[in-house]
Amino acid sequence: MTAISDGEKLRHIGEQATDARMNIEIETEGMTLNIGPQHPATHGTLRIVAKLDGEQVVAAEPIMGYMHRGYEKLAEVRTYPQVTTLVNRIDWVGSFANETPFILAAEKLMEIEAPPRAQYIRTILHEMSRIANVMLGIGDMGVQVGAVTPVFLAFRDREYVLNQIEAATGGRFHPNFDRIGGLKDDLPAGWIQNTKNAMEKVEEFCDTIETLMYGNEIFQARTRGIGIIPKDVGLAYGLSGVNIRASGVDWDVRRDAMPQGLVYDQIDWKVWTHPDGDCYSRMWVRLQEVREGAKIVRALLGQIPAGPVMAKVPRIIKVPAGEAFVETENPLGVMGYYIVSKGDLNPFRVKIRSASFSNISITPWLLKGVYVPDIIAILGSLYFILGDIDR
Amino acid sequence: MIGLAFWIETTFRSAGGLAAVLLPAGPLVYLYLFKMMSFMQSRLGPMEAGPAGSMQLLAEVGKFLQKEDLFPAKADRIVFAAAPFVVLVSSFLLVVVVPFGPDAWFVNLDTGVFFAMAVSSVSVIGILMAGWASASKYSMLGGLRAAGQLIAYELPLVLAVMGVVIQAGTLNMQDIVLAQAEGEIFGFGGIGNPFIITQFLGFVIFMIAMQAELTQPPFDMPVAESELVTGYITEYSGMRFLLFFIGEFATAGIFAMIASVLFLGGWWVPGIDPDSNLFNILGPAVMFAKVLGVTFLVFWFRITYPRFREDQLQKLAWKVLIPLSLLNIVITGILKVAF
Repeated sequence: MTAISDGEKLRHIGEQATDARMNIEIETEGMTLNIGPQHPATHGTLRIVAKLDGEQVVAAEPIMGYMHRGYEKLAEVRTYPQVTTLVNRIDWVGSFANETPFILAAEKLMEIEAPPRAQYIRTILHEMSRIANVMLGIGDMGVQVGAVTPVFLAFRDREYVLNQIEAATGGRFHPNFDRIGGLKDDLPAGWIQNTKNAMEKVEEFCDTIETLMYGNEIFQARTRGIGIIPKDVGLAYGLSGVNIRASGVDWDVRRDAMPQGLVYDQIDWKVWTHPDGDCYSRMWVRLQEVREGAKIVRALLGQIPAGPVMAKVPRIIKVPAGEAFVETENPLGVMGYYIVSKGDLNPFRVKIRSASFSNISITPWLLKGVYVPDIIAILGSLYFILGDIDR
Repeated sequence: MIGLAFWIETTFRSAGGLAAVLLPAGPLVYLYLFKMMSFMQSRLGPMEAGPAGSMQLLAEVGKFLQKEDLFPAKADRIVFAAAPFVVLVSSFLLVVVVPFGPDAWFVNLDTGVFFAMAVSSVSVIGILMAGWASASKYSMLGGLRAAGQLIAYELPLVLAVMGVVIQAGTLNMQDIVLAQAEGEIFGFGGIGNPFIITQFLGFVIFMIAMQAELTQPPFDMPVAESELVTGYITEYSGMRFLLFFIGEFATAGIFAMIASVLFLGGWWVPGIDPDSNLFNILGPAVMFAKVLGVTFLVFWFRITYPRFREDQLQKLAWKVLIPLSLLNIVITGILKVAF
């Protein structure tokens, strides 16, 4: 016998009574609605099995794995420099941020530190991939609640950021630019000024979207008070990133547990939180993060030190035996790599802790009792990327 | 009409009806859906087919005509096949009572407004048929949402028109135009009395209810492409999808015609004697200009706003629009008696 507290017992009885009342009031036959795997609102191939009573969700369950590509296993047969090519494809709209924690973990095992200039550029690119990612998420939220225009504005202004990432790394979507001990190349001429201009465009976008979308009464009616995640429930489900900060938890890896090799501690910036925990507050915190990201990039650009971008590393990289776990604050939440090395050319085992997997696992709890249109609003505000769920 | 044989007159009227329904739909799609929407979203829209992409719609129609006419395995084939026609029939029935000039009308019904409001609901049947017969869950949800929405917004639509009817003192569409042409606003008759000025609240309610009747955003819950794929149209392809598509824009054009007859003076423009024969030629052009103006508002809202949720949408109809339109009727009645 497991001990059940009085509170739990009462809650259970309450739930049963609600169900019974609902069934007596409106005698309707339940319907199972498969949202996905092919559905416009799932950003790829997520499937949500929703049991409906009319338009109300009785139970919902996310089914993942349609896009599983086995990166953890594939990484075991790649050399360390080759793995960055793989992990680029985990969160495909903010790719550079996926490379950072892996490279940092490898550097930690090898006890190498990148030169200061490389650390600055790394942080700038990490933050720019956050901007590129979250801007798309904000525009996409508009589509989820039925406004088609914001997503075009988001794509238009995201282009300025992507152009700068491309100018520096050679890749718009998959930079593959981070190396153990530094970076592949130095910045091209004129990049710093162009990036500052791009950040101005980003801030203009934030101002536009704040009035066009966030200020719209219908958008607020669709998102305020919908999909509320209390602090303790969010923590219990392992939510991270914006989703937990919007529930009032003031916790950011960039500030509170910054790994060696990034330079967030060199500048002043602010971690945004919101007490409400509903869809609107999640989107609001996202918007503030884009603004703050632009501010961070501009501040870092102003104080990039001179020097080399690559430390002395052996030509053939062998990582000494040991284990390392490094996590960073990625666009979608906390992302971490746990690397076990046996001293070979390739890792013995890689475990990827991706943010969206945990973020999406709260959906059965969160979707109970909401209406069908709210499913889409909640999924949009949780903002996941399928590659980040399935890896 | 001068003494034409019955069959000649009927042929003319049928051809005119077809033209009145289908001709505005093309420009609406091109001007607003293709071009205005593109410019608002910082893109160019179609540019290749014809000058500035103006032939794009023809290309689209050609594409849809070539597509296979698919039926879902479990669909009720007869109902499924008939549904788009039922929706289109409602548009054709609506245009019957719209006047385009002093003598240019199809039928001059004494109960024109009543007839228009009655047949505008026929499309609900078609949408319900499509939703149910598709044997798809998305379609069924879409069809049910559409039924709930269209019935809810029928009431404010009718009640908003009541103000106009009280002021004009007639249900005849032609006489409503004449009442606006010959009326005066509190003694000032320079521009007649377009009811948009004296019935402004009624016009706003009519436009909102019309937006919902057309299932355009922010009231596009029944088709909600990010939730229900495309609602009741999900399973349709080829020719039948095209009929739904044309029906949507043709109905937008015809509702705009009714709005311009009721509130903007119909085929009449200030400064010309409404009995003048000139209006038989000029009237359709004036109507078309007014239709473009009204539909501009419709599509502007469509492109700008997010979508309401089903319960919020019902709340807006029952708790805001209906009380407001009742208030409008009361005020109009009092003023009618007082002046």
